[in-house]
Amino acid sequence: MEQLVKLIPLFPLISFAIIALMNRRLSKPLAAVIACIGVLLSFIDSAVVFQSQLQSFHPVEVKVFDWIIAGDFNASFSFLVDPLSSIFLMVITGVGFLIHLFSVGYMKDDDGMRRFFAYLNLFIFFMLVLVLGNNFLVMFIGWEGVGFCSFMLIGFWYKDNKNNDAAKKAFVMNRIGDLGFLIAMCLIFFNFGSLNYSTLFSPGFLAESSVSTETLTLITFCLFVGAMGKSAQIPLYTWLPDAMAGPTPVSALIHAATMVTAGIYMVARTNVMFSLTPDTMTLVSIIGIATALLGAVIGLFQNDIKKVLAYSTVSQLGLMFVALGVGAYTAAVFHVVTHAFFKALLFLGSGSVIHAMGGEQDIRVMGGLKKKLPITYLTFLIGTLAISGIPPLAGFFSKDQILSEAFAHNKILFALGLLVSLMTAFYMFRLFFLTFHGSFRGTHDQEHHLHESPLNMTLPLIVLAVCAAFAGFVGFPHVIGQGLGLHNLFEAYLSPVLGVSSSHIEASVEWMLMGLTTVLIVMVILYARHLFVSKNYVPESDSHMKGSFKKLAYGKFYVDEFYNKVFTQPLDKVSLFLEKGIDIPVVDGMVRGIGKLTQGLASIARKIQTGNTGYYAIAFVFAILLLFIFFI
Amino acid sequence: MQNLHGIPINYYVILSTALFCVGALGVMLRRNAIIIFMCVELMLNAVNLLLVAFSSYFGDSQAQVFVFFIMAVAAAEVAVGLAILIMIFRNAGTSDTDVLTKLKW
Repeated sequence: MEQLVKLIPLFPLISFAIIALMNRRLSKPLAAVIACIGVLLSFIDSAVVFQSQLQSFHPVEVKVFDWIIAGDFNASFSFLVDPLSSIFLMVITGVGFLIHLFSVGYMKDDDGMRRFFAYLNLFIFFMLVLVLGNNFLVMFIGWEGVGFCSFMLIGFWYKDNKNNDAAKKAFVMNRIGDLGFLIAMCLIFFNFGSLNYSTLFSPGFLAESSVSTETLTLITFCLFVGAMGKSAQIPLYTWLPDAMAGPTPVSALIHAATMVTAGIYMVARTNVMFSLTPDTMTLVSIIGIATALLGAVIGLFQNDIKKVLAYSTVSQLGLMFVALGVGAYTAAVFHVVTHAFFKALLFLGSGSVIHAMGGEQDIRVMGGLKKKLPITYLTFLIGTLAISGIPPLAGFFSKDQILSEAFAHNKILFALGLLVSLMTAFYMFRLFFLTFHGSFRGTHDQEHHLHESPLNMTLPLIVLAVCAAFAGFVGFPHVIGQGLGLHNLFEAYLSPVLGVSSSHIEASVEWMLMGLTTVLIVMVILYARHLFVSKNYVPESDSHMKGSFKKLAYGKFYVDEFYNKVFTQPLDKVSLFLEKGIDIPVVDGMVRGIGKLTQGLASIARKIQTGNTGYYAIAFVFAILLLFIFFI
Repeated sequence: MQNLHGIPINYYVILSTALFCVGALGVMLRRNAIIIFMCVELMLNAVNLLLVAFSSYFGDSQAQVFVFFIMAVAAAEVAVGLAILIMIFRNAGTSDTDVLTKLKW
């Protein structure tokens, strides 16, 4: 068992090392096969571990090696497998493997395919380390590692400078969050003397410690800042939509299914601390709902297929934070899992569409792809229904759980959450109808090029579609489950780590909420169908856009421009001043001055050297004579 | 003033001093590299002479060992030095040290 746990992250690391070291000596298909096998083995291994966790709820701690031992500080590189991490293991390796498989087809004509798979494997390794670590430091290694891999993959097509800018932006934004995480780690260590989860979160440890609530609030706030960066929450969310500059499978794996959920994982992992600090919890839910709203509103007006999905991810992550903020940790993790399935599915589906369109991403020139890409169409439909929250697909259960928890906590939160769900349904179906229905609006060449993707690309779509359709059944809401004699397996499984949500609302109210949500969502979908299919409405081109709010939302509320004006440009100015005013005249001046001085003195001194041997001999003799006279 | 085989020691001192000065002046003033070379040998042998003279005078053979040592080193130095001179002459067509002034800053 212990060996199995150690092997989980080792497989992708080994396949990364093989591909990275052999690089051009491997043929492209071989590199792809190695990468896929690495993740597949890891997935099988995780499944075995998960299975054993299902049977016995005992967390397993595995020490890999002693890492830092300094005085009374002891951090070992150890892994912890408990229900929470084992669920993440399954999602990461499972969805990761499917995306690897998809990438084989998607990247087959790319020169950098080996590099791509090497990074992808490295990413899986770091993500596994992140969720497996048994203390904050090991989590931090994974945390930084996935940030790095994300940076490399966003800028994967580095010849286009736009992509490099997006990569840098993601890295810097994440770094701001990381600083919060680091500060939180230092505070935890100074206040509690340990970074191990098993020590910190053992029952009663935090409550009995003499640490004040203010300090604890500060710690959780700093942790949340870290989560904000990684999980793209206001105000650090702007990097995620730009991260779509990377290849589509990367967007699916890193920027939708796994890495961005690291923040959720971290908050869920430290739920004991968060539960003790209601102030931070309130902040988490406010930031969450604000992000969810903002993402949804921007998503309504985007015309780039990947941008819509990106903002939908931002919005869904916001909903997960709402769940965390109201203390419904299980609901948040549940949504992470279902979201991983349907968002990976949607992204891969969009990848299939982009592949068929020859790189085109604008939904205004698509349309009518239904006949040409039947498998993509069907799977995309399932994904869209799932994210919109139509029963009995996965998204319905997780979203319903979040909404009812929000309702029990705060009615306004629920109302806003419902609004977000409705907007989600609208923009997703807008995307869906514009892409697959109606008539084709692209060029003739593009229409000729249209084709369904090969099997290795559609197979992951099908598997993910099945997951997106049925994954919800593990987490039946109590009201439905009771009638059918089914339990909420998901909640029961996670309860040792995350506890059971205390908030309860009456069954009749919950039924009503469920019905209300579903009816409203169906109405929104019908409206979208009316607008985009019956009336054939196509969003106008950029220059003909009318309505100031629409322009504002299409321009993403100009947050990027705002950040640019307020943070980037002043910083640039300061840097420029430091270069022109301090670095060149003072620092460089000093260094150059010393060089000039030496040269000047040397140009005088070198006159003595004439190269004439006789002259040297005379100098030599007279010098010796002088020495004689001097010493005798 | 003691005699050394009938010749006073100070004669030896004067002779070797004179030889040394001739050698030193030759090194300083002459232009031809071969002559300079010979002058160096002259200086070495002046020292040798002085060492041998004093060795005999004090009845101590240590200095004679030293002289043999100097002779061996001088022979080796001549071999190397002459080889260098030949190469210089072949390349530069002259052995005049006023012309050979390229080795400077």
